[in-house]
Amino acid sequence: MATEMLALPELQRDHALKLLREMLLIRRFEEKSAELYTLGKIRGFLHLYIGEEATAVGAMQALTADDRIVATYREHGQALARGISAGAVMAEMYGKANGSSRGRGGSMHIFDASRRFYGGYAIVGGGLPIAVGLALADRMLGRACITACFFGEGAVAEGEFHESLNLAALWHLPVLFLCENNRYAMGTALTRSESETDLHLKARGYNVASRAVDGMDVLAVEAAVREAAAAVRSDRVPHFVELRTYRFRAHSMADPDLYRTRAEVEEWKHRCPIASYAAMLRAEGLLTDATWKEMEAGVATEIAEAVATAEAGPWEPVEDLTRDVHTPREAMQP
Amino acid sequence: MSKTTYREAIRGAMRDALRADPRVFLMGEDIGRYGGAFAVTLGLLAEFGPERIRDTPLSESTFVGAGIGAALGGMRPIVEVMTINFSLLALDQIVNNAATLRHMSGGQFSVPLVVRMASGGGRGMAAQHSHSFECWYAHVPGIKSVAPATVADARGLLLAALKEPDPVFIFEHALLYPLEGETEDGVPMRIGEATIRRAGHDVSLITYGGTLGKVLQAAEALAAQRIDAEVVDLRTLRPLDTTTILESVRRTHRAVIVDEGWRTGSLAAEVSAQIMEGAFDSLDAPVGRVCSAEVPMPYARHLEDATMPQVPAIVGAVQALF
Repeated sequence: MATEMLALPELQRDHALKLLREMLLIRRFEEKSAELYTLGKIRGFLHLYIGEEATAVGAMQALTADDRIVATYREHGQALARGISAGAVMAEMYGKANGSSRGRGGSMHIFDASRRFYGGYAIVGGGLPIAVGLALADRMLGRACITACFFGEGAVAEGEFHESLNLAALWHLPVLFLCENNRYAMGTALTRSESETDLHLKARGYNVASRAVDGMDVLAVEAAVREAAAAVRSDRVPHFVELRTYRFRAHSMADPDLYRTRAEVEEWKHRCPIASYAAMLRAEGLLTDATWKEMEAGVATEIAEAVATAEAGPWEPVEDLTRDVHTPREAMQP
Repeated sequence: MSKTTYREAIRGAMRDALRADPRVFLMGEDIGRYGGAFAVTLGLLAEFGPERIRDTPLSESTFVGAGIGAALGGMRPIVEVMTINFSLLALDQIVNNAATLRHMSGGQFSVPLVVRMASGGGRGMAAQHSHSFECWYAHVPGIKSVAPATVADARGLLLAALKEPDPVFIFEHALLYPLEGETEDGVPMRIGEATIRRAGHDVSLITYGGTLGKVLQAAEALAAQRIDAEVVDLRTLRPLDTTTILESVRRTHRAVIVDEGWRTGSLAAEVSAQIMEGAFDSLDAPVGRVCSAEVPMPYARHLEDATMPQVPAIVGAVQALF
């Protein structure tokens, strides 16, 4: 008992700093991505996660290596927090053959079988039925893992949201529904699209236990998602957590951001999940200037290496264009 | 070989698959207690129980999507969608997910999913239960589409679909369910192979699914007029067996495609284009098409009959080539 008491603060400190570093990595990765987009290195859509870092990082702490993850088109945060290398994600956005999908997916479609990361889905709500099916397979095969399904509050307006919550509850499937409510579905404010804006209440209509949590507070997110994940794991039924957050940047690089006021964005920036958490750690004596500098330097190096990996990566040969439209028969499990 | 019906052949194939592989399960609307809208799954719930014969809510998009997810998770789902018209509610999952996941993930994931659905007209079901959208599915790379026209194919193509590593869509013309015939065990069927149902020298009649019977009748009527028609059953709509199509046309020098889909943008149009590209020099006449009239399927029998390809129209289209 005495040993445990002594060991705990060190463990807490390591974990506390790990959360900060993971959020910082996402922030700096996204800032670099925006820069590379304007340089033309990244094409297509780019949806930045800046402002929402606490939701992916906090939630991911509750998942084991065996758990499955389904995400959206704004999934760099989840991918990095899950431990997919920044290089693989960056190379994918470059469209290179060493990207996570060999350049077939881009920013919106990050997949990593080894991390049980089942992809970014770019049709709003489209990932929810997939998560339900993964959990159904686990139920039928008697596996202990759970499936975490991230989606934005815009998905709540889609039929698949309602169908999926119903089916997961009806069939007792271990799905952890994680709704990242950043208040805007592209440019449509929640209040302009939903008759009930207290989103977690909707889950109750399907007999799914639910709660809402401050998504700008990484510790609150971690605590709430840990509790919900533990319940999914033990009771083998779905749970729903609404993570109330805010994106500081526009919906995508193509968005002129005309639908909300500067003042509103600035107000939320004062609640920056990284700055506020770092300040708390400083006040607790867990973070010093030296540690912060070291962390920033480490993150900068990791991102520089990711960019170098992407720059150095080869292009997929055009002769391989139709590769993986179908699965080679020999690759199929018997 | 054993005598059975198209409906029972599908049920028997699914029963064998359920017995042989614990990963196989069925999911769909009213497939369990009701026994299936077309009675295809009748009795399977009693034998395999509700975990493996899953009645779903009326949520086509989500239960098809759940089939995709379950396939990703290591299962071998067979999803029944009651009719092809209802499958439009699941097109997002089919086109955006099932068809793309292998490619979009750079080959990391496969979706070994089988989806069955009833298609076609002729039953007085009007404009929301009777269409033939097979060509929409056949348009999409990443999924395979088959249309069994015989009792043997109903069994053989389903078992072949379950061996595929990627999504396979099976279109069962609803008029075929009571069709009697024989199933064959022995040589397993392969997806992607058309077959010659009747050998002939004068014209190739190319068709699939529910219109095969009418085409064979037309061929007999033509024989009485000394026109010896060859009948090609596509069986697989994607990937098309262009080799069999082109070889037939090179032998007969004439072709008529019979397709219950609407003419504009039809599968018949695709087959016709393949013939132009691959056998133009062999043609003695323009390629003909007999398709459904360009109207939503009407209810009244005489109007529905007038909409769909019929034997006299097929015979007439062939005569016009000589």
